[in-house]
This record gives sequence, structure tokens and C-alpha cells, in this order.
Amino acid sequence: MNWINNVVPPKIRSLLTTRREPPDDFWRKCGGCGQMTDKKALEQNQFVFPCCNHHDRVDAKSRLKLLFDKGEFTIVAAPEVPLDPLKFRDGKRYTDRLKEAKTKTELTDAVLIGEGTLDGRPIVAAAQDFRFMGGSLGMAAGEAVATAMEHAVDKRAPFILFAASGGARMQEGILSLMQMPRTTIGVRRLRAARLPYIVVLTDPTTGGVTASYAMLGDVHIAEPGALICFAGPRVIEQTIREQLPEGFQRAEYLLAHGMVDMVVHRHKLRETLSRVVRVLGSGQGDTSGRAKGLRGARGRANGHFNGSALDGKEMEALAREGNALIEPVADEERFPSRKADVRTGRGDDGKPKSGGGAKGTA
Amino acid sequence: MRTYIEFEKPIAELEAKVAELRSLSSDGSNVSIAEEIGRLEQKAKQLLAETYAKLNPWQKTMVARVSERPHCLDYVGGLIEDFTTLAGDRYYAEDAAIVGGLGTFRGRGVMVIGHEKGHDTESRIKHNFGMARPEGYRKAVRLMEMADRFGLAVISLVDTAGAYPGVGAEERGQAEAIARSIDCCLSLGVPMVTVIIGEGGSGGAIAIATANRILMLEHSIYTVASPEAAAAILWRDKGKAIDAATSMRITAQDLMDLKVIDEIIPEPVGGAHRDKAETISRAGAAIEKALKSFDGLSADELREHRAERFMKMGRSI
Ligand SMILES: [Zn+2]
Repeated sequence: MNWINNVVPPKIRSLLTTRREPPDDFWRKCGGCGQMTDKKALEQNQFVFPCCNHHDRVDAKSRLKLLFDKGEFTIVAAPEVPLDPLKFRDGKRYTDRLKEAKTKTELTDAVLIGEGTLDGRPIVAAAQDFRFMGGSLGMAAGEAVATAMEHAVDKRAPFILFAASGGARMQEGILSLMQMPRTTIGVRRLRAARLPYIVVLTDPTTGGVTASYAMLGDVHIAEPGALICFAGPRVIEQTIREQLPEGFQRAEYLLAHGMVDMVVHRHKLRETLSRVVRVLGSGQGDTSGRAKGLRGARGRANGHFNGSALDGKEMEALAREGNALIEPVADEERFPSRKADVRTGRGDDGKPKSGGGAKGTA
Repeated sequence: MRTYIEFEKPIAELEAKVAELRSLSSDGSNVSIAEEIGRLEQKAKQLLAETYAKLNPWQKTMVARVSERPHCLDYVGGLIEDFTTLAGDRYYAEDAAIVGGLGTFRGRGVMVIGHEKGHDTESRIKHNFGMARPEGYRKAVRLMEMADRFGLAVISLVDTAGAYPGVGAEERGQAEAIARSIDCCLSLGVPMVTVIIGEGGSGGAIAIATANRILMLEHSIYTVASPEAAAAILWRDKGKAIDAATSMRITAQDLMDLKVIDEIIPEPVGGAHRDKAETISRAGAAIEKALKSFDGLSADELREHRAERFMKMGRSI
């Protein structure tokens, strides 16, 4: 398209485009600089516009495809919820809006749960689809997020969440607000199980979603330029009646203000997620009895899960890349029980250890 | 001088007439005037009762917001002995939109936290109209954690239009502060009882309302977004606030039906602001009953009860 723009005068250009099918089917306008890009090429480029690196929104299914090995994953069904509990209408019936969204997105609601592997490691992930009523958090989405977290706990797998939401789903009233504590209960279960919970904040993540599960991850990764906030810029502008600062509430702003660990280009996202999940899974937290069984079963008892030199390097790389500061810690400080294990076969609390430790086999 | 809400106009007229007649017969000697006063008073009373028995959601919104309504500190004053205000989030600032402190409630040590709207211009500004910034929620977390450590029950009083939407609040992580506060509520190994005393607005409310028991005053409202905000979002027209209030099911009665709250505390005829003392005493009785019901439960049982309560929500309506 670009070269055509350069050689063909505008009048003829318009003839050219009208002769084909509507341009929308082939081209997508960059939200950053306005240039048109071939949709196929865009998809091949992980929905990042080559013109200016603007990160386009990604639907839930493509998100999960981009994450999992070979793009393969199993969909985990979310439980059904009561439809339209308030019998709501705002010019249009809520049930009609739901039907439309379902047809448009081929989803049951705004959250899609997938299960698969990331560099061979079992992962549970959920992605919010902004096309489904603005990715809004209602009972179905809340139930899906909670279910996904529960599923990760059952499978003893790390959980990755791709957030994209305009906030609470107004049409479900108070029941959508109640999804904030409900999803937070899910986060707490992941935490209790010592499973990594990584949140990828994508454009946009706002309102009740940011004010609950999306801000409670172990690691927060934001996509470049993503709007991430509680109250949207429009609301704030109306309140303070003045212009907002440049870059306000964008991913980079949140990084500067300590709310996310890193802003990562989508081309680097997968490897970053893989690394974070791997390093987190290699620590002491994962040496609880329950986790050991899993490691054995998976047959991934390789050398570096319990404090080899390798993950020190990874930590450093992680720190450099994400502008995050992770202080290097001496191995004996990080893995006291391992040291004890090696020498005496006992943990530092003096109790015999059953398996695990440096041997790593269960 | 009482302030009347728009829809109370007929009541206001009757009561004005009573007052006028009363001033005419200040010595009470004129029998016919005294009779007329009695008749009008009766009529006003009846009209008030009738009006308040069938308030629509928008009228309830106005009652919930009326400035004479008892606010958080009124309840604290009426119910809590030895109240000792605690301030500051220990990170950045003191946010008076959420007040909190230690005290004794009917013989039991408690931590009270709540949104305070203020009662006059000066105090309303001081308390930022009950709209908290991140510091407010972070203070709430600090106090809840302290309560947990010392085994004190937590009483939270909710009265906010919502969290404050400002540049500074966003800059300092409003969303994260609310999320952490919900998280903290869920972590408590002590009983937590919430009363929605006026407006329960959005994330700013649920931040301190993720409790074991949620009580609501009869004419208070609890909503995912204020009717005005919802109207702006759904209808792109703030003027549609009445429609939003009506369709969003925000009244205590609605929320009882939806099983989101546990109990409605009846207000005196004509609303909480007509008899503050009576309202506060009824709230006190309800809180006491709620707290007693958790006596003897372990920390784990209390946490489990709270999680169950919220996970059940919406699964059967
Ligand atoms: Zn571009």
C-alpha cells in the first residue's frame, strides 16, 4: 500500500481502493501514525504495526495462540452464569447486546481460558477480549477468571493473565462489582499455592479490573503505550477541568510510578514470560511437597531449577531488560536449606527432608 | 431549619403550615388552632410515612446523599467508646476521606474504618466529600492488618460516591490501593462487618466492604457506578441518571433480593436524617448481633466464611 500511496495520485488511489472489496477487509489503520498495513502482515507481526511499533489490540484467541508452544492450546470451559440478572436495558436489551457480542467474537463472554505449554512448561492462561463489550467484567468474565485461577491451582501450573478491559459491566450492576472480591479470592488461592501469577496489562486495562486482579500479580508486564488506569482520562479531565500530562496513565508512566515491573515489546513478550515463569518456578517456593510431585511427573528435573549459576544470569537479564532492579543475592543466602541438604541430608530446621532439594527428583 | 429533598415538597408545605400555626398560638389557648395543628401534623406524618414507604431508586439516591444524614463519625460518636483516631498510611499522606481508629464497641475491642463525607463546607473539603485517594485505602489496609494482629473485630462504615478520580490519585496507584484493600479484607482472621450507611459507590466502596456480613440502611444505595456515571457511560448522557438508578437495582431491597447483602437496617420514618440517634442505635444493635454470630470462629473459619460468601454470590439468583 505504501508504495502505491507514493506513486499514485490521490484521485486515482481512491479509484483503486473502491474497485477492490472494502479496504477494511485488507488494511488496518495504525493507531499510532495512521499508516495502513496489510492485515495479514500485521497478524504475522503479532499485531504490531511495522510503521511505528504501535501495538494493536489482540483478540483473546490470537493472544493465547501467540503464547503457547506452536500456538496450540486446549480451551478450558468457564461455568455458565445467570444471564441478565437485572433484566437490563439501555436503549437496547442487554441480552441482545450479549448475542451480538457472541456472534461477533465467537466467544461466550469476554474471557477465554487456555491450557497448554510455554517452552514445554505447563501453563494456564486467560485472555480478555476487548471486542466483547469492551472486555468488561461481569459475572461470566469474573467466573472465568476465578475458574482459570482455580484450574491453575489444580494443575499446579503458573497462571498468566492478559488483561484488557474497560472495567465493570454496567449492565450487571452490583453483581459486576462483586467480581472484584471474587477474582481476588482466586489470586489469593494462587498465592497460597505458591504459583506464579503474571499479569500482562494490555491496552486498555481500566476500572474494576485494574482495581482487583490485574494489579495483584507477582509480576506486572505492560505492553508499550497501553492505557492502564482506574479512572479513565475522560473522567479525570471532567473532574479537574484541565489538560492531562503527556503520557498520563500509559504503560511507561506506570513503570515510572512503580506500578508495573516492565514494559515489554510484544516480540519479546513470550520469551520474557517464559523466563519469568521459569525462574519463579525454580525457587524455594516451589519445593513444597505438592510441587515436587509435579516436577517428578513432568520429568523436568533438570540441573538448574534450584539455584544453579544459570538463573543468576537470568535474573540479571531480567533486571536489565525490564529496568527492574533485582539485587543479586549469594547462593547460600538464597538457598539455605539446599546447602544443609547437601551436607547433612537435613533441612536447616534440623528435620529430615524427603526428597527435593538439590537432587530435584521425587 | 430542616432541609427538604425535592420530592418532600408536599410534606414541607404541611410542616411549614404547622409551624406557622404554632407560632400564632404560642400560648396554646386557642383550642381550634390546636386542633388544626394536630390534624395537620397527623396528615404530615402520614404523608411522610407513605412517601418513604415507596421511595423509588432515584429518591433513595437523594435520601442517601442528604447532607443531614448521619455520617461515619456520627456513628463512631454514638457507638464507640474510647475511640482513638489513627491517621496516615505511613507511605505518603493522611487521607481524611477515610477515617479510622481503635475503640470499644459494647465491651469488645474493635477497629473502625469508614468514609466520612463531612457535614459542612469546611469539613466536606477536609474529608474530600468522602472520596478517598490511594492513601485512604492504604491507611485502611494498615488499620485492618493491625486489627488482625491484635484480634480486634473490624467494623467498616461505607459512605462514598466512589474513589477520587484525580491525577495525583492515579499517579500514586489508585487501582492498586483498592485492589490491595480488597485483598486485605479477605485476609483477615477477625470478623469484619460492613454497614452501607449512605452511598456505596463502586470500587471505592468494595475496597472496605469485602466483609463477613454486609448490612445496609433501608434508604442507602450500593452500586457499581454512581447513577450519573453509569448514565454517562451507557447513555452518554448524565441527564439519564434517573434511568440508570432505576435499571441498575441499587437499593437495599434490590440487593437483598440479589443476595449481595445480608440484612436491611430499617430507618426511622422520613429517613435516617430525621432521627439520627434512633438510626445509630438501630445500626449498633445490628452490628452487635452480626459480631456475636461470629464468636468462637477461628481465623481460618472466618476467612473461609468470607470467601464462601463472595464465591456463592450470583451463582443462584
Ligand atoms: Zn504506525
